[in-house]
Amino acid sequence: MADAPLDRRDACPTTLTHKEPRMNTVLALSGVVILELCRRKDFYVLFVLTTLITLVFGAVNFFGDSSIFRYVKEICLLLIWLSMLVIAITTAARQIPAERESRTLFPLLAKPVSRAQVVLGKFLGCWLACGAALVVFYVFLTVLSATREPHFALSGLLQSMWLHWLFLAIVIAMSLLGSLVFAAPSSNSTICFVVVGGLWLLARHLNKVALQLAEPINSILYFIYFTIPHLDIFDVRDVLVHGWPAPSLGMCALATLYAAIYTAFFLVAACWVFRRKALN
Amino acid sequence: MADTRSTNAILQVQGLRVVYRSPGAGQPEKVAVNGLNLEVFPGEVFGFLGPNGAGKTTTMNVLLGFVNATAGAASLFGVDVRRPIARQRIGYLPEQTYYYKFLTAEEILRFYGRIFGIPKSELEQRIDAVLKLVELDSVRRRPLKSYSKGMQQRVGLAQALINNPDLLILDEPTSGLDPLGRMKVRTLIQRLKQEGKTVFFSSHELGEVETVCDRVAILNQGEVKVTGRVDDLVREHQCNLEQIFLKIVGGSSSN
Repeated sequence: MADAPLDRRDACPTTLTHKEPRMNTVLALSGVVILELCRRKDFYVLFVLTTLITLVFGAVNFFGDSSIFRYVKEICLLLIWLSMLVIAITTAARQIPAERESRTLFPLLAKPVSRAQVVLGKFLGCWLACGAALVVFYVFLTVLSATREPHFALSGLLQSMWLHWLFLAIVIAMSLLGSLVFAAPSSNSTICFVVVGGLWLLARHLNKVALQLAEPINSILYFIYFTIPHLDIFDVRDVLVHGWPAPSLGMCALATLYAAIYTAFFLVAACWVFRRKALN
Repeated sequence: MADTRSTNAILQVQGLRVVYRSPGAGQPEKVAVNGLNLEVFPGEVFGFLGPNGAGKTTTMNVLLGFVNATAGAASLFGVDVRRPIARQRIGYLPEQTYYYKFLTAEEILRFYGRIFGIPKSELEQRIDAVLKLVELDSVRRRPLKSYSKGMQQRVGLAQALINNPDLLILDEPTSGLDPLGRMKVRTLIQRLKQEGKTVFFSSHELGEVETVCDRVAILNQGEVKVTGRVDDLVREHQCNLEQIFLKIVGGSSSN
């Protein structure tokens, strides 16, 4: 080993006086998650695929209809939602299990890091990385729309992007919780896709189903309907596709609060499960 | 005198008991550590010895907060090991290196440095110093996945030293290294001792332990069988550490 100078301590302290650098730790952990996503190919592949498919559809003008661009936008938005769902779930689902499997979790937890900080850091990293990916996708959509549409509402696009990001916050928190409950990342990803798909596409119809059923199933279904997160409220693609007026800021604020409550619930549950896990 | 030493111990384990429950119902529980007492004092190099399955790794896992004790208490710098702050002044080198392969040596040290809350300007100086120390300065920007085993082990040492720890916990630091690598690690431990650091390490290399350690504890079947100064033990038993180890562990080793 080289003779580089290391600090000498004449008197080794036998007690601790340092404060725990809480937020610093969470930010440092999130930085690693963002770097990982930047260095993996997932996002680039999905972005190139979305771009290519949208451009191919955009190059064709069926029946000479000038309003056909709405359908191109609808396809592009669907691809963005699916791509982001894949990125969010696969990234969040592998975080902690991959750390356990590759044993990188051990040198990490041997530092002054609590398990709650690990969960929060992973969440923040996934959410910020997804946010960055979301911006790239929506910039592409904006450029596409600006070249093909005479009037383009930027406020609607920004609100849509914000609500999409909130949707991803719930999905990421849920996937992190799942990754601590289910052993294998692949099974967790599959379960998360099914659950998120169900919540996104079917949950809104649960009350209508409940109406047609007898007690006690009726009450049980209503309870489930009011308890589960309704991910469909964050999906305002139609506003962009049909040029409808954007939701009011009050509605956006309520949706933000709604997402914050569910995200916090899943994160608290994830911290609780992780704290009880023995690592050996 | 003994009381004064106890209050100065930076690593303390009292009556530690760890029982692993078997996953299947009706399966017997495994007592990994049973009533273990240990004290490590500032500035000493302490060797933690024992055959495979003796409870060394379990004890280290408790000290690092990976496993909760069934009974007893463990503290670092007077703080319960269950609190993350207890690990603020320690450096840990696992038996095998497990780091994020997509990061470079510089990035991983910066990451761990931020976790310790080291100010940015100080951190950069610290990264330079430890990378020079472990002779990885020239490859600091290469991803870890391209490093050889020896180089990864040196990254492990660098990350264990990034916070300028007062206590180093090394789990078989020379395991899998070639003779030159072992010699370098041994030299580093001796140098850390000269710089006033405390080193707590487990090893199967008894010759190496005899060379660098001030005190040792020999574990067998979850219990400390012998503890004391290496010189005293050698004098008392009239043989070297390896023979003492074999005498104590005898044929009862699990492996």
